[in-house]
Amino acid sequence: MKEADKGIAWVREPELGLAGKSYLLLFVEGLTTTFKHLLGPKQTVESPEQRHEIPDPLLYRGVHRLNRDERGRVKCVACFLCATACPAHCIDIVAAESPWSDRQKYPESFTIDELRCIYCGMCEEACPVDAIELTSLYDLVGKSREEMIFDKEKLLSIYDQTKDAEPMRTRRGDEG
Amino acid sequence: MERVAIEALIKIVILIGGLMTAAAYLVLLERRVAAWIQDRRGPNRVGIPLTRIRMFGLGQPIADGVKFLFKEEVTPAHVDKFLYWLAPMAIFTGAMAIYAVIPFGSVLPASFGLEGEPIRLVVAPGIDVGMIYVFAVSGIAVYGVLLGSWASNNKYSFLGGMRSGAQLVSYELPLGLGLLGVVLMSGSLRLNEIIAAQARSGLWNVLVQPLGFVVFVVAAFAEAERLPFDLPECEQELVGGYHTEYSGIKLMMYLVAEFVHMVTASFLIAILFLGGWHFWGLTGWEENVGWPIALVRIAVLLAKVMALILFFMLARWSWPRFRFDQLMSIAWKVLLPWGMVNVVVVAFWIEYGDRIAAAVGLGNQVLMAVTGLVVLFLSWLVVTRADPTSSDNRPLVVLPSDGPGPAQGERS
Repeated sequence: MKEADKGIAWVREPELGLAGKSYLLLFVEGLTTTFKHLLGPKQTVESPEQRHEIPDPLLYRGVHRLNRDERGRVKCVACFLCATACPAHCIDIVAAESPWSDRQKYPESFTIDELRCIYCGMCEEACPVDAIELTSLYDLVGKSREEMIFDKEKLLSIYDQTKDAEPMRTRRGDEG
Repeated sequence: MERVAIEALIKIVILIGGLMTAAAYLVLLERRVAAWIQDRRGPNRVGIPLTRIRMFGLGQPIADGVKFLFKEEVTPAHVDKFLYWLAPMAIFTGAMAIYAVIPFGSVLPASFGLEGEPIRLVVAPGIDVGMIYVFAVSGIAVYGVLLGSWASNNKYSFLGGMRSGAQLVSYELPLGLGLLGVVLMSGSLRLNEIIAAQARSGLWNVLVQPLGFVVFVVAAFAEAERLPFDLPECEQELVGGYHTEYSGIKLMMYLVAEFVHMVTASFLIAILFLGGWHFWGLTGWEENVGWPIALVRIAVLLAKVMALILFFMLARWSWPRFRFDQLMSIAWKVLLPWGMVNVVVVAFWIEYGDRIAAAVGLGNQVLMAVTGLVVLFLSWLVVTRADPTSSDNRPLVVLPSDGPGPAQGERS
């Protein structure tokens, strides 16, 4: 460090007055703060009886869901863009020829390893048909690692669970 | 003879049982108070096992105790086994042995079909050297700390132990000086007699010698190794201090001993300076009393002790820890002179108080109380002006005089 550097702003320590040196003010100040917090409101959320409040569920990145279109079919077209975008490589898709006439492919199986996932939301960003979305469910538990690998049915059921509270964020018409 | 022995045994059982339970629940209280101060709620879940009954977390101490008992006790290969075992025992025994002379009430009337003297609520009521015994036994705590840190064969433990040794030895002096004024006032080393003297005059020692009170309380905080004087075991710097290498029941002995030290300090402050079981208009000062007054006296003493313990807990989260050199400066440059001034003033008043009071025409005690306050104010002012605790030993920064900073050669 160069002391002569003009870019360095030297800050003087404030001089303690007689009151400051006597430690009495600090004594009173410390106790006042302590008492204020002792009696003040508590920040703890008593989970699981109380739920954590999420300010905007549409912005929160929790468990994934696979959206359905208006006919109840899976919206995904198995384009692999989400699996490509995923930095944690947690999405595994097996594509097959679509049984419906309005699209060529559909996911025969679609699994997400929720333990590998880092909940970055890149899959949601990448999806061209808004089929995959992150919900505001955050208390994800399971008894084994296998249980935490969510398949297509599970992901669709999460959509059924959350579709009323969190409407689909479709921005690109009805391509799906 | 037989009756004395049985009496003492019953008192010992009550004291040890009460102290252990109190220590366990004080740990819970400390955790909850700490949580409240930090805007949290603290442990409030553990109640009756296998049910959903919570009881505000009152089951927590039992859970903690069971956990400590069943935890694996690791004895590291590199320790000195004999000392490693001895140290927690020494500190624990020392902490408990102090209660032989500490009264936890005044007297109980001689009922239960027993004739003779009323029952004194001290384990060993006949000890004439009460306060000296307290000091002697509390000195053993230093051995527990030093032996434990040395036997651990670990640099961090040893650093904590060395700090602790220096701190405890330094603060014994102001503690003793703060006490000396009290002993001079009451003319006895027996704690019963010290309380009785305050009760008789109705003037607590804190009113007569506030300076001695300040010295004693600060020194007691340091002796109990509580924040802001908890350098021996400051977790942020020394991992765990002198008990880093301890686990299981031995660690629990250390922690309980530490808590008992705090309770002891509260008892001593309450007894020596805050009138013990005496409260104006509630307890009276007579030697022999009936059951109601005897119980009220116990309640008053325990209430005072409880309030002091709460103050200990609040203090922990109110003021930051001192640096080690500041700690030493406070002991040697502030508290020691204050203690001496206090002793001299008290001695002066005991010798000449009556004559001066007669000459002025005021009560001796009123005059003493006023002098005490004046002495406190003046000594505090002197120390504030002299400011011996702040020392700036940081390296000099030499700056060009035109720079936007301190002038040439000034400390920054």
